[in-house]
Amino acid sequence: MTLDHKRLGLMYLWSIIAMMFLGGAFVMLIRAELFSPGEDFVSADTFNQLFTLHGAIMVFLVIIPSIPAALGNFVLPLMLGAKDVAFPKLNRMSYHLYVIGAILFVASMLATGLDTGWTFYAPYSTSDSPAHRAILYAVFGAFVLGFSSIFTGLNFLVTIHKMRPPGMTWFKMPLFLWAIYATSIIQILATPVVGITLLLVAVERMLEIGIFNPALGGDPVLFQHMFWFYSHPAVYIMLLPAMGVMSELMSTYSRKSIFGYRYIALSSVAIAVVSFVVWGHHMYVSGQSVLVSVLFSAITFFVAVPSAVKVFNWIATLYKGSIRLTSSMIYGLGIIWLFGIGGLTGLWLAALETDIHLHDTYFVVSHFHFVMVGSAIMAFLGGIHHWWPKFYGTMLNEKVSLWGAGLLFVGFNLTFLPQFIAGTQGMPRRYFDYAERFEGYNQISTVGAFLMGFSILLIVINFLRAIRSGKPAPANPWGAVTLEWNTAPIPDPHNFDDAPVVGDPYDLSIFKWDEAEGGYVPTRPVPGLPYIALPNADSTESQH
Amino acid sequence: MILPALLPLILQQQDGEGGFFFPPVASDLAIASDSLFFTILYLSGFFFAIIVFTTLYFVWKYHHTKCPEPQPSPVHNNTIEIIWTVVPTILLAWIFFEGFEGFMARKTPPPDAYEIHAQGRKWSWNFTYPDGTESSVLHLPLGKAVRVNLASSDVLHSLFVPAFRVKMDVVPGRYEQLWFTPTMLGEFDVYCAEYCGTNHSAMTTTAVVHSQEDFDAWLSEAGDFMTKLSPIEAGERVFASKGCAACHSVAGVAGIGPALNGRFGQERKLSDGSSVTFDANYVRESLLDPAAKIADGFQPIMPTFQGQLDDDKMRVLVEYIKSLQ
Amino acid sequence: MTESSATSHVHDEHVAHHFDDAAQQFETGKLGIWTFLLTEVLFFSGLFVVYSTLRNNNPEVFAYAAQFLDTKLGFLNTCVLLLSSFTFALGVRNAMLGQTKALGINLVITFLCAAGFMGIKYQEYSHKYHEGLLWSGSEHSVFKANLDDVHPEIRAHSSVWGDAQKLTPEFRHEVGQFFAIYFCLTGLHGIHVLLGMILIAWLLMRNARGDFGPNNFNAVDFGALYWHLVDLIWIFLFPLLYLIA
Repeated sequence: MTLDHKRLGLMYLWSIIAMMFLGGAFVMLIRAELFSPGEDFVSADTFNQLFTLHGAIMVFLVIIPSIPAALGNFVLPLMLGAKDVAFPKLNRMSYHLYVIGAILFVASMLATGLDTGWTFYAPYSTSDSPAHRAILYAVFGAFVLGFSSIFTGLNFLVTIHKMRPPGMTWFKMPLFLWAIYATSIIQILATPVVGITLLLVAVERMLEIGIFNPALGGDPVLFQHMFWFYSHPAVYIMLLPAMGVMSELMSTYSRKSIFGYRYIALSSVAIAVVSFVVWGHHMYVSGQSVLVSVLFSAITFFVAVPSAVKVFNWIATLYKGSIRLTSSMIYGLGIIWLFGIGGLTGLWLAALETDIHLHDTYFVVSHFHFVMVGSAIMAFLGGIHHWWPKFYGTMLNEKVSLWGAGLLFVGFNLTFLPQFIAGTQGMPRRYFDYAERFEGYNQISTVGAFLMGFSILLIVINFLRAIRSGKPAPANPWGAVTLEWNTAPIPDPHNFDDAPVVGDPYDLSIFKWDEAEGGYVPTRPVPGLPYIALPNADSTESQH
Repeated sequence: MILPALLPLILQQQDGEGGFFFPPVASDLAIASDSLFFTILYLSGFFFAIIVFTTLYFVWKYHHTKCPEPQPSPVHNNTIEIIWTVVPTILLAWIFFEGFEGFMARKTPPPDAYEIHAQGRKWSWNFTYPDGTESSVLHLPLGKAVRVNLASSDVLHSLFVPAFRVKMDVVPGRYEQLWFTPTMLGEFDVYCAEYCGTNHSAMTTTAVVHSQEDFDAWLSEAGDFMTKLSPIEAGERVFASKGCAACHSVAGVAGIGPALNGRFGQERKLSDGSSVTFDANYVRESLLDPAAKIADGFQPIMPTFQGQLDDDKMRVLVEYIKSLQ
Repeated sequence: MTESSATSHVHDEHVAHHFDDAAQQFETGKLGIWTFLLTEVLFFSGLFVVYSTLRNNNPEVFAYAAQFLDTKLGFLNTCVLLLSSFTFALGVRNAMLGQTKALGINLVITFLCAAGFMGIKYQEYSHKYHEGLLWSGSEHSVFKANLDDVHPEIRAHSSVWGDAQKLTPEFRHEVGQFFAIYFCLTGLHGIHVLLGMILIAWLLMRNARGDFGPNNFNAVDFGALYWHLVDLIWIFLFPLLYLIA
């Protein structure tokens, strides 16, 4: 099987999209059931399994791998001017582990009964739920996926440290790579802890070892601490790469250097580091001590600052630019709205007093969907649209892409804005049945969800059509300057023969839109840029 | 410009009603909690509006049809970076502090608070009053500080009363507490807010706030019911206060547990194939050692009531079940 | 740090295609293995956190329970592992100098030490099984809260049964917790020793093929680093479990 990082990236891409459909199918059933209170299509037991699987699949099999494994694998070595990642065989093993993890989750579904929530809280998961085999399969599946994630992070971290071309100092690296680097730090340090935690859940289930189950002398809150020690940094595994994509999109489609490069780069690492000491904000009402809650709240507010700084820098990038509203850019601009709401609603949850009312309600559900889907998945899709020409050497149908982006944005807001109000009004999460007064919010939300489902379908069909019948892509359709565009329309298997010449990755003035040519042309001779091709000309011209 | 000023009137509570966002403002804690919520809302809304407006404005003003080339502009500016780092930090520190103050105020109940014990168990709540009275509904006196001591019989649960803005996890193996002062008469939803299995969303009950006189009347009547009521009525009371209805219907519908009406005196098929007569002994055994005989088609998940029901209570329960058609 | 030259024409057969030269390959591998070892440290740290929580909650329980561990065997195991780390380190030097035979011998000694460690571990585990020195949830444990739950075989044959009967039910339960974390920590460590043995066997096979020499000893070097970490983890486990009575 292939060792080429580009092919592995595409294999990840399609696996992740497939898993997204699986997790999405489950949530369509959930939202259909929740359209009205009472039992409609599924039993309470089935409902509990649906939300558990939706959460576990989306977190472990979709969002966490998404940008790093699919986009990172394809783009990182190219952007770095390298021939491959540091450990290509380990990279292939990461993908195999992903597949094994997915198979274990399918086994869990077939065993039926997995109803613990994706958070596997003890003692329900360790000793109470009757779904013995389903829980073991799921927990081992997540464990294996953890290794896939760790090895990917390890690979990327070492690659960035050791395989940069001459001239590419740290502060000459594109921000997408800084983002991947910061993400790798989290993957490496946090994932092992959830690994051991899940292993202990399995051991407790199989051998009744009593670490978390109070009936056997254990402590259920200890589970929560260990679980969230990983799972909070995990949300930054999801978010940091998205922010990296945003920097590339804002800059490319404004034709301007990213504003505040150093601040964005360093804030990525700052977020990665600080993300490790805020996990207790998931546990203010868990019974942890007052002092600990206060400390976690204070640090949580502190971690909001670098994220806000990034948003300001992205907007400043637009200033005095020349903005093109391509579909990728629509995703990016939508993210400013969606991450704005997602991040700001985090403030209510970070604040001790307001969190008491909002914890475990639909307010939280909406908040995390705004950041995990509205920011991370939107960036994933935006990144796919941006780098698509390199995947198969074709262009996506821009009109359909714009429709997809727009409908998804509308559908998303329709789905999740009402959920904030359902939450403040007191509707708890993971509720199969609910009081009549919440019905209106749920109905709007369900309509939005189906619109989202339709949009994703449209977007993915658009991808599939473009593989064979998309217009042939030029080498550099967006006039970008990062090194991955300095390759043939479909990059050679070994990427570069010699180390490429490195310049400023955001000096977009090198390229200028030429209306007559219908594409970007170089404004000056630049050494080491052989693959400048004009859209209508033969795109294989190259000079070594 | 008028709309933002009107916003508080539209969104916030009027005369104790929660307004657009909230259920009624029914406790002292609710007032403070909502106040902070709206402070954050207006602050966030303001900055969000600036962000969105600026973005849209830039997209319009610098669209490539108007600006085919980007104009020269600095790529970084330390002053502005410092400003938009320091200002949010100060505002966020302030919000943290407000949240912290409100949180600390919730942590110490007054020493003379009225104590009620809440036991969470899959899938019902059971409240015990200082005089030993039990109820599955949370009756409360208006205007009096109440401290609820929380315990779980099995897995994690969480006692959540949206109208009071209170919530605390119920952790097996330890005691937790929460306290508040109800400030409004009425009936309010009580939910379980920590996922606990199949019937998590059915683990709900009501908080009923009475005037002090009405509360006292309820308490004495509820406490005395064994002597005041007929055995069947007393049995009905025990049935309600112990939360049996969460699993057992009295109207012929099988739920998590079998329906109980029209069964007394009949033969029941058990899960191991044998059968048993549904008599007083069978009822008593099912209460004390529920796993001993499981009705066919059901799961062995009924909790034991050993230690929670004395002989008198079991006797009246039997009478009640006997009476069900 | 990263040396780069136009090396596409000079291909050392030991240097992978995507690297510029052997130095970059070595540096990269080194950073890779150290990063991996860091993940192993974090993996075990979860268990150490559980240990500290349990011990902090019940210090007298841990002091009491540790008496049932055989300190002599634990010390022997410590020496065995330290010796094995030494021989593995010698082996790295052998590889660097192209001393294939010496490398083979040192790897074999390391392997035997590891096997010895596992043998002693097996001894300890089976002794505990027969004595009922297990976590409370285990059927064979002598530390059940309710004495009636103790297996008749344990009641008959365990020398700890007398002591166990004198304890309160809570104390027994908590002693069981000590053994829970004991088996988790030593068990996970033991699995890593076994994995190390597989690794050493693989290196032996490659050495027999003549793979290693001054231009190519990375695998031996990195394998030794892994083994040193396994040893280091034991150095922490030993006092925390055996020496606190």
